[in-house]
Amino acid sequence: MKILVCISKTPDTTAKIAFADNNTKFSADGVQWIINPYDEWYSLVRAIELKEADSSINIHLINIGGSDNEPIIRKALALGGDEAIRVDTDKNDSFYIASQIAHIAKEGNYDLILTGKETIDYNGSSVGAMVAELLDTPFISHATKFNIESGNAIVVREIEGGEETNKVAFPLVVSCQKGMAEQRIPNMKGIMGARTKPLKVVEPAAAEEFTAVATFDLPPAKAGVKLVSPETPEELVRLLHEEAKVI
Amino acid sequence: MSVLVFIDQTEGKIKKSSYEAASYGAQTASLLGTHAEGIILGKTEENLSALGNYGLKKVHTIEDNQLNKFDAQVYAKLIHEVLVSSGADTIVFSNNISAKAIAPRLSVKLKAGLVSGAVALPVLSNGFIVKKSVFSGKAFANISINTSKKIISVNPNSFNISTIEGTAEIIPFSTSIPTSIIETTTVNKITGEVPLGEADIVVSGGRGLKGPENWGLVTELASLLNAATACSRPVADIHWRPHHEHVGQTGLAIAPNLYIAIGISGAIQHLAGVNRSKTIVVINKDPEAPFFKAADYGIVGDAFEVVPKIIDSIKKMKSSS
Repeated sequence: MKILVCISKTPDTTAKIAFADNNTKFSADGVQWIINPYDEWYSLVRAIELKEADSSINIHLINIGGSDNEPIIRKALALGGDEAIRVDTDKNDSFYIASQIAHIAKEGNYDLILTGKETIDYNGSSVGAMVAELLDTPFISHATKFNIESGNAIVVREIEGGEETNKVAFPLVVSCQKGMAEQRIPNMKGIMGARTKPLKVVEPAAAEEFTAVATFDLPPAKAGVKLVSPETPEELVRLLHEEAKVI
Repeated sequence: MSVLVFIDQTEGKIKKSSYEAASYGAQTASLLGTHAEGIILGKTEENLSALGNYGLKKVHTIEDNQLNKFDAQVYAKLIHEVLVSSGADTIVFSNNISAKAIAPRLSVKLKAGLVSGAVALPVLSNGFIVKKSVFSGKAFANISINTSKKIISVNPNSFNISTIEGTAEIIPFSTSIPTSIIETTTVNKITGEVPLGEADIVVSGGRGLKGPENWGLVTELASLLNAATACSRPVADIHWRPHHEHVGQTGLAIAPNLYIAIGISGAIQHLAGVNRSKTIVVINKDPEAPFFKAADYGIVGDAFEVVPKIIDSIKKMKSSS
C-alpha cells in the first residue's frame, strides 16, 4: 500500500499575526514555521502507525512550496516518512494546490491520500475534497479514527452533532483531526536518517488559480474588559441583559 | 444568472445556519441584480415554501430517502445538475462539516472559485471580493474570486438572519440518484443538546473547575440560558468532558453571541477557537489569566462562589420578566 501524506507549512500557533506591503502579505518577521498541526499530529502520525503495523506500507510526503519549506519536510521525514516530493511554487490558491497534489497522486498511484482537516493559516478546509474530486475518488472529512480491515478502509468521522463509521474501498482521500493519533517528537535516529531520505523537487503542473488574496485586515481591538466585583455577580447579569443584550 | 443556496437539513429539520445562508444568498442576489433559489436534498418535514420568508424565490427539491445519508460525492453531483438546469452561477453554503466536503468538489466541477469561512457580503466595487476569517479568527483576508462562477461558504453565526414576507415556489427535480460507494456501518448522534456550532450562547469550563463532579455548575447555567456546553482542551484530554465539547485551535471553532468561560486561563490556542464570539465573559480567580485581555466582561473570583450567585440572579431576572 502507498500512502501520500500532504504536508503544509504554517506559522506556529502562538505566532503574532501581522501584515506587510499595505496589508497584502503576511509578515513573516520573527515567525517560527511548523508543519500544520493537523497534517503532522493526525495524518502523518497515523500513517506512521499503520506502517509500524504493516512494514509493506510506503509513506510519501508531498509539500507545495518554495525551498524554505525544506526544514519542515525534513522534520516530517524524521518523524517517519519514507520519501518526499516538493512541488516548487509559491502560489497558494486552493485549486492550484489541489491540482498539483492530484497530478502527483495520479502519477504515483496512491491508495490513500491523507490531509489535515484544515490549515491553521487559511482555514480553507478545501484542498482534500478538491483532490478527491480531481481523482474521482471518495473523500471522508474530519476523520477521528482510521483502520484497514480486509482491504477496506474503516473510518470514523465527525458529522453534524455526532460521529459515524464508514467502510469504503481504496483509493480514497481522508482529512484528519484530533483522535486519529497522538503527537510525536522525532528521535535522534529519525533526525539522522531524514538527512539522507529522498526529497525530490519537481516543477508545478499547469493549473489555473481561481482566487487571490487582495488584502488582509486585523479585527478591531477589544475595548478592554469591564470587571465586575465578585461580591456583586448580579451586576454582570444586568450588564449582559441591558448593555450587551445577549441574555 | 441566479444565486443557489444549499439548504442543509438533519433528521428532516432545516438547520438555523441554513436560514443564515438563505439570507446571505438573497442579499448577495440583490447586490448582483438577480434572485436567489434554494436546493434541499432528502426528505424533510418542513414547509419549504416558507423559505420565501428568507428571500428565496424557488426551492429545488430531490426527495429521496437515499439522500438522508450524506455522501459528498453524491450531493455534489446532484447540486451540479440542479445548478446547470437552473442557470445559477453563484452558490452559497453554510460553512459546516457537510459544506466543507461538498463545496470544494463543486468548485472543481464548475471551475468556480471558492471562499470558505466568509463573514460578510461580497464587495463588488472592484471585482468580486469576499471577506473571510483566517489565522484561526485572528485576522481576515479579502479574497478576490476571479472565475465567472463563484462559491461562498458562510461561517455559522456570522451573518444575521433577515426575513421578509414571501413564498418560495417548490420545484421537484427528477434525476437518477447515484449509489453511494461509502457504506455507513454505525451512526452515533448526540440528541437533545443544543448543537455547539450553532448555539447562540455557550457556557464553557476549564481545569479551574477541579473535576468532572463539579460540572453541574456549567450545565445548570447552560440549561438556564438555553446554551450549549463546551470545555477547554486539557479538560477533554483528561476525559472530564467528551471530546466533541472541546473548543479551541485543535477542537471546534465557534462564534456564539455570548461565550462564558469559567475557570479557563485563555491560552492562545483556546482563544483561536472562540475569539469570533461577539461577547466574551471570563470568570477566573487568577487576575493575571490571559483570557481577561480578550474578554468584554470579567469577574476575578472563585467560580464555586460566583457562578451559583449568577444562576440565582438569572432565575430572579427570568421570574420577574
